[in-house]
Amino acid sequence: MISIANLTKTYASGLQALKRVDLDIRKGEIFALLGPNGAGKTTLISIVCGIVTPSTGEVRVDGHDILREYRATRSRIGLVPQELHTDMFETVWSTVAFSRGLFGCAPNAAHLEKVLRDLSLWDRRHHKIMTLSGGMKRRVLIAKALSHEPQVLFLDEPTAGVDVELRRDMWGLVRKLRESGVTIILTTHYIDEAEEMADRIGVINKGELIMVEEKAKLMKKLGKKQLTVHLVEPLARLPEALGEWNLALKNDGSDLEYNFNEKDEHTGIPELLRRLGDLGLEFKDLETRESSLEDIFVSLVSERA
Amino acid sequence: MNRHGVLAIYRFEMARFRRTFWQSLVTPVITTSLYFVVFGAAIGSRMREVDGVPYGAFIVPGLIMLSIFTESLNNASFGIYLPKFTGTIYELLSAPVSALETVLAYVGAAATKSMLLGLVILATSALFVPIQILHPAWMIAFLVLTSATFCLFGFMIGIWATGFEQLQFIPMLVITPLTFLGGAFYSIDMLPPAWRTVSLFNPVVYLISGFRWSFYGTSDVSVELSLAMTLGFFAACLVGVSWIFRTGYRLKS
Ligand SMILES: Nc1ncnc2c1ncn2[C@@H]1O[C@H](COP(=O)(O)OP(=O)(O)OP(=O)(O)O)[C@@H](O)[C@H]1O
Ligand SMILES: [Mg+2]
Repeated sequence: MISIANLTKTYASGLQALKRVDLDIRKGEIFALLGPNGAGKTTLISIVCGIVTPSTGEVRVDGHDILREYRATRSRIGLVPQELHTDMFETVWSTVAFSRGLFGCAPNAAHLEKVLRDLSLWDRRHHKIMTLSGGMKRRVLIAKALSHEPQVLFLDEPTAGVDVELRRDMWGLVRKLRESGVTIILTTHYIDEAEEMADRIGVINKGELIMVEEKAKLMKKLGKKQLTVHLVEPLARLPEALGEWNLALKNDGSDLEYNFNEKDEHTGIPELLRRLGDLGLEFKDLETRESSLEDIFVSLVSERA
Repeated sequence: MNRHGVLAIYRFEMARFRRTFWQSLVTPVITTSLYFVVFGAAIGSRMREVDGVPYGAFIVPGLIMLSIFTESLNNASFGIYLPKFTGTIYELLSAPVSALETVLAYVGAAATKSMLLGLVILATSALFVPIQILHPAWMIAFLVLTSATFCLFGFMIGIWATGFEQLQFIPMLVITPLTFLGGAFYSIDMLPPAWRTVSLFNPVVYLISGFRWSFYGTSDVSVELSLAMTLGFFAACLVGVSWIFRTGYRLKS
């Protein structure tokens, strides 16, 4: 549905926000773009939508070039921006009707009513946007993006600043849209959100698309945890009897570090602790932590190198 | 051609004007009335006729032009600056509308409002002084062309501006003086020869002169020259605006 080839973007400031990105997004899938602040997610989306001009590379939407055939590509796309940019004095209804017209569609009150009802905005259709709460403003932006029945929907951090209930509603809506054949691309900082929603996940960091994987495969790679055992007596080296675990000695031998995957059925932790007892290695504390997104990027980048 | 898109923007802009309808009408009506009290009654009664036209009536075309200039610049620049300021411009940039369509819609809406305003001032003036329009078709043509030109110019200011004070900058600093020195309240033939020559470098002279000709058949410079200059400014603004959209200047990064 969307094919991106060799896309780079260097802003006027000289900052390179995207580095030779290649990506194909399939028709009808939910694709999550996962990355930390400043990774280039919004830049990538903005280029596809026509808000930012690419420095090099080519982007096609449904076979049409985004620059030469912008009418064909843009009329197929709906965008929900990251920031809450809305008109203040317009009513919900008029702003949604405006969007539909702007994207070249004839008025269709029935469709707008359906969109507003789906987003629980119908009762507020005559309210001015400035009187709505932040979460409702975000729904208005979604309604605007859906007003012209797009085939592709971009959601730039749809759940930022959104409460749990609305978040669940939003995920439900996204699934419903997918069932109707809409291709959905969303960005997020959160692994669990990507896991909950997406069919495939692309990981982006510092302008580089590090990997694109089916969700299940990626989750295996991402679901890493770390167990640290603080020993009473430091060890000079790892005892051979602990060889079957992937262990490392840290902190001058007073910490044992064990990396494991929480998605594995068999983590080997009970056996490890039993073995430590058998060997007479006493410990004063245990600590586990999930690898942060940052750790994961570091390990993914180093894996590739 | 994205007809629905152009209409959507045009309607949106007109709705914005409608919200401030009364302010935007009351202000010029009061201002015009004040001009007539000051220039028409107080000073005008001591003035000779200018080119055979009573002074109060003589200043009407200039007054209308003065309002058209400032209103066009303000409306058009604000119209495009506002979405830049609030961030809603993302939608316009991501929409399947061409540069030409965007300009048509924004400038069309702003020019509509300016022209309405011009007509309101004309009607107000008619309450104070006898008005005669010898060439109504030309009067409308000059009104449309001038409104469109200044709206295009305002559109460029709106795109260029990075703050509200810059929006006011050009209208205040350039247009108002040029208008006052451009023969809005006098015929440049009344000036000493040296100043008359200087005045001919003021583009506003041609706009006002042509417009006044359509009322009273008298003009400072020839009508053909006025028309040519007006068309020239219009073309220059068109070139400027199309350059902006070709390069994405201050709109896209
Ligand atoms: N208009 C701009 N001019 C210059 N630099 C920019 C511009 N927009 C973004 N950048 C820079 O480009 C980089 C990528 O920004 P981008 O907004 O794409 O990141 P992001 O992945 O969306 O981040 P976040 O998760 O915070 O939204 C950042 O370093 C940012 O500072
Ligand atoms: Mg972003």
